[in-house]
Amino acid sequence: MLTAKISKDKLDPNKRSLLQMIHVDGWLLLGLLVLMGVGLITIYSAGGQDWHLIQRQLIRLGVATIVMLAVAQIPVLALRRLSIYFYGIGVLMLIAVLAVGDVGKGAQRWLDLGFVRFQPSEILKLAVPMVVAWYISRFNLPPKLPQTFAGFILAAIPTLLIAKQPDLGTSLLIASSGVFAIFLAGMSWKLIGAVTVAVSGFTPIMWFFLMQDYQKQRVLTFLNPESDPLGAGYHIIQSQIAIGSGGLQGKGWLQGTQSQLEFLPERHTDFIFAVFSEEFGFFGVLGLLAIYSYIVVRGMIIAINSQDAFSKLLAGAITLTFFVYVFVNMGMVSGILPVVGVPLPLVSYGGTSMVTLMAGFGILMAISTQKRLMSRS
Amino acid sequence: MPRKRVTIRDHSAEANLFARRAVIALIFAAIMLSMVVSNLHYLQVTRYDDYQTRSNGNRIKILPVAPNRGLIYDRNGTLLAENRAVYTLEIIPEQVKKLDDTLARLADLLSIDEDDITEFHKELKRHRRFKPVALLNNMPHDQVALFEAHRYQFPGVSVEARLSRFYPYADILTHVLGYVGRITRKDLQKLDEAGLSATYAATHDIGKLGIEKYHEEKLHGDVGYQEVEVNSQGRIIRTLSFTPPTPGQDIVLNIDIRLQQEAHRILAGKRGSVVMLDNRTGGVLALYSNPSYDPNLFVHGISSKNYRKLLSDPDNPLFNRATQGQYPPASTIKPLLALIGLDEGVVTPQTRVFDRGTYQLNNVEHVWRDYIPWGHGWVDMSRAIEVSCDTFFYDLAYRLGIDRISDAMREFGFGDFTGVDLYEESDANMPSRGWKKARYNQPWYIGDTISVGIGQSYWTATPLQLAQAISTLVNHGSRYIPQIIKGQLIEGEVVDEPAKELPPMTIKHADNWEVILDAMRNVVSSTHGTAHKAFKDATYTSGGKTGTAQVVGIAQGEEYDAEKLAEHLRDNAMYVGFAPANHPQITIAVALENAGGGGSNAAPVAKLMMDKYFQLQQQDDEAKFATLPDVIKPMAGK
Repeated sequence: MLTAKISKDKLDPNKRSLLQMIHVDGWLLLGLLVLMGVGLITIYSAGGQDWHLIQRQLIRLGVATIVMLAVAQIPVLALRRLSIYFYGIGVLMLIAVLAVGDVGKGAQRWLDLGFVRFQPSEILKLAVPMVVAWYISRFNLPPKLPQTFAGFILAAIPTLLIAKQPDLGTSLLIASSGVFAIFLAGMSWKLIGAVTVAVSGFTPIMWFFLMQDYQKQRVLTFLNPESDPLGAGYHIIQSQIAIGSGGLQGKGWLQGTQSQLEFLPERHTDFIFAVFSEEFGFFGVLGLLAIYSYIVVRGMIIAINSQDAFSKLLAGAITLTFFVYVFVNMGMVSGILPVVGVPLPLVSYGGTSMVTLMAGFGILMAISTQKRLMSRS
Repeated sequence: MPRKRVTIRDHSAEANLFARRAVIALIFAAIMLSMVVSNLHYLQVTRYDDYQTRSNGNRIKILPVAPNRGLIYDRNGTLLAENRAVYTLEIIPEQVKKLDDTLARLADLLSIDEDDITEFHKELKRHRRFKPVALLNNMPHDQVALFEAHRYQFPGVSVEARLSRFYPYADILTHVLGYVGRITRKDLQKLDEAGLSATYAATHDIGKLGIEKYHEEKLHGDVGYQEVEVNSQGRIIRTLSFTPPTPGQDIVLNIDIRLQQEAHRILAGKRGSVVMLDNRTGGVLALYSNPSYDPNLFVHGISSKNYRKLLSDPDNPLFNRATQGQYPPASTIKPLLALIGLDEGVVTPQTRVFDRGTYQLNNVEHVWRDYIPWGHGWVDMSRAIEVSCDTFFYDLAYRLGIDRISDAMREFGFGDFTGVDLYEESDANMPSRGWKKARYNQPWYIGDTISVGIGQSYWTATPLQLAQAISTLVNHGSRYIPQIIKGQLIEGEVVDEPAKELPPMTIKHADNWEVILDAMRNVVSSTHGTAHKAFKDATYTSGGKTGTAQVVGIAQGEEYDAEKLAEHLRDNAMYVGFAPANHPQITIAVALENAGGGGSNAAPVAKLMMDKYFQLQQQDDEAKFATLPDVIKPMAGK
């Protein structure tokens, strides 16, 4: 058993290290810090060597790290019990957003509580895997059909509410976080096949009835960016030029002409991967992918090693969702997915999503470091 | 539900199930990742060259650099067209903090009027903030100096210099040099059709008239390139490479500016033109048309007020009388007609005609009159040329017939472009039966031929055509295209262009050339020659022929009275000549509009021009002698 091996090699059940005392998974933290470092270096270049930008990103990273550490202290048991309330509040807020929310960039995403403005969809990014994991783990695994169905419903409600805002990217990410939890719980392959067919059937319905014109435009542009090289296709063409011209070795740090000469749009936010690819080349990209893979593998190891079903499902779902973030961002920047506005996790500048992301890693750390206590109790 | 709660969970089985699913998920993730990697490999490795090129295409822009226009010199190396710096006051908006304040302070310092400011604000809206906008064009030197002394107070404001054409001799050479002007959309279209638009990418001005237009290709040069890196807004970040432009060729003209100045002086207040050719090469030594105008007005765009003034001037200064003026050649062509008569055997030098002042044909009522009402009495051919007897030539023309006259005169170049290196040229008209039929749908009448005998009746010629015809005569038939350009200045050495020879004119009896030239020498040297008076104190020998062209037909039985006629109806005075009398070097044609008789008005002008030519020749020889080494001076002196 994996569990036994690791506990024997690395962790002495009787002697808890300092990191364990503060509920920090050292391996995971290492990966995250390296990634943040890469992010800062790339932002420095992409943002025109603006120290101000670096300072603000550092503050954000600091806040997000504190949130992660704070979340890591929450007992997993408490997380499990709070799941349903957390989810309930999130869904209510989504409804509130649709009713009274501020309009930003043509979409209602923000909720103004007087003292703070935030996007309730961020809550759901964690609440959905939590509530699905909580629900499924109440029963023996693998889940039976009604439980699987109920799990889908739990994921579907916020997904549709967010899609209505409209924020297609986030809604798909939230839906997938729920689906991952169900999949990991052992959803039957037959059902997976059936769902795949259903989703394929749903695609045309989505195209004709749910998607807004600008979303359709993005998909069309994605399919053929050269059809409008100076308009909608500009982002993706310039991005591909940046990546392609990086070659094997890259143009060197601060030497990327596409980014330094401002041909690349949104270069320190959503398209930062293009800047990285241009300056560090194919070898650099392989290195970056290695860091992400390391974090994902570490997350899955935490999930496998955790001792109860809720922890396993939650840790697995969070980790896989993180991977999907990375995949979607790189896919859109390099032109194999439509542009949906997903930042590259921990590398892109800014975004409230970073706090959510780090809170998710806080949960992973809680699960990783608290299992000893749980198994003893 | 409660039942399930009590069911004992198989934790180990659940853990195994989860582990399996986790591994499957990781495998899926690995597959997705490999898709990303293979796509990146495709972009960064497979299609690297393509994207590398496109990336460079984004950032590298080629900026054309205009070549310096070739300079124009006269035959002695005097600069006739030069490139001078003109100064422009420019403002880079993004470098100026308080624009209105800066403008107000500039207005205090320099002479800037409201129009300049309004124009500046208009331009400002069309420019990017980092591109300079002109506030003052063509700043005078004192303003430039004044600004430079205060420039530290005006960050973002600077004076930029650009080379622009300047013609130091102004109106003296306009009809030769022409001028350059800003490239218009029409010019661009032509350049495009000629495939030259790239060459002119940075060029501001193009030849519009005269030599500047005709020799545009030589003078322009070839464009240079500056390769720069730009950002997405087009701002230049740095220069990557520079290919200097090839400057235009410096050219040397056959023109002698001193002869040109003399013509300008002599023709002051008159309407007319002078052409002097080197008959041995066809080189144009002087070509002046009066009145003229200052070509510098056109270089920076002439104001509509000034242009209207030039256009509405009744003396028509824009008109190049030397190459475009179509005048009845009048008696100046009598020697040529005599040559044809001799050669065709229609007359001999001894042929005598009795001139009683009128000429009539059998059965024709019309009376052709000699300019001397009582006639010249008995005249032979030479005498007829000397005294310019009309009657002799009425008879000669009648006997030759229009066909023989027209064909031979075409050989002298009448009715055709001389091919001089100016686009502003007229072919004038040499009438023929076919021409009259086509033009008026009328048959050619005998009477028409009679008038052709004295260079009237539809026959017109430009002064340049006349000078070319006389050159052919003195050259015994060798013909040249008149050339204003002499050669190119290559590394300080004049490389002459070869004279442009035309197929020579041949006659049956070569002796006849000298017979005619002798008659023309007599026009000057014989006491009753029509040009004798004008040339009597000349220090050199010459030959010539006067001409007085009727501008308006005088009704039968009426007297021509210059006093009574309105000025524009008075006769044109013409003169053609050559010098020296033997081994001629130069030929000349003078045409003065409404000046009266050719002998008393045009011949003196020709004489003054010839005086100047020989005076300059002597002066230049002495100057050359002075520079010879002392040792060989005594020998050269002999």
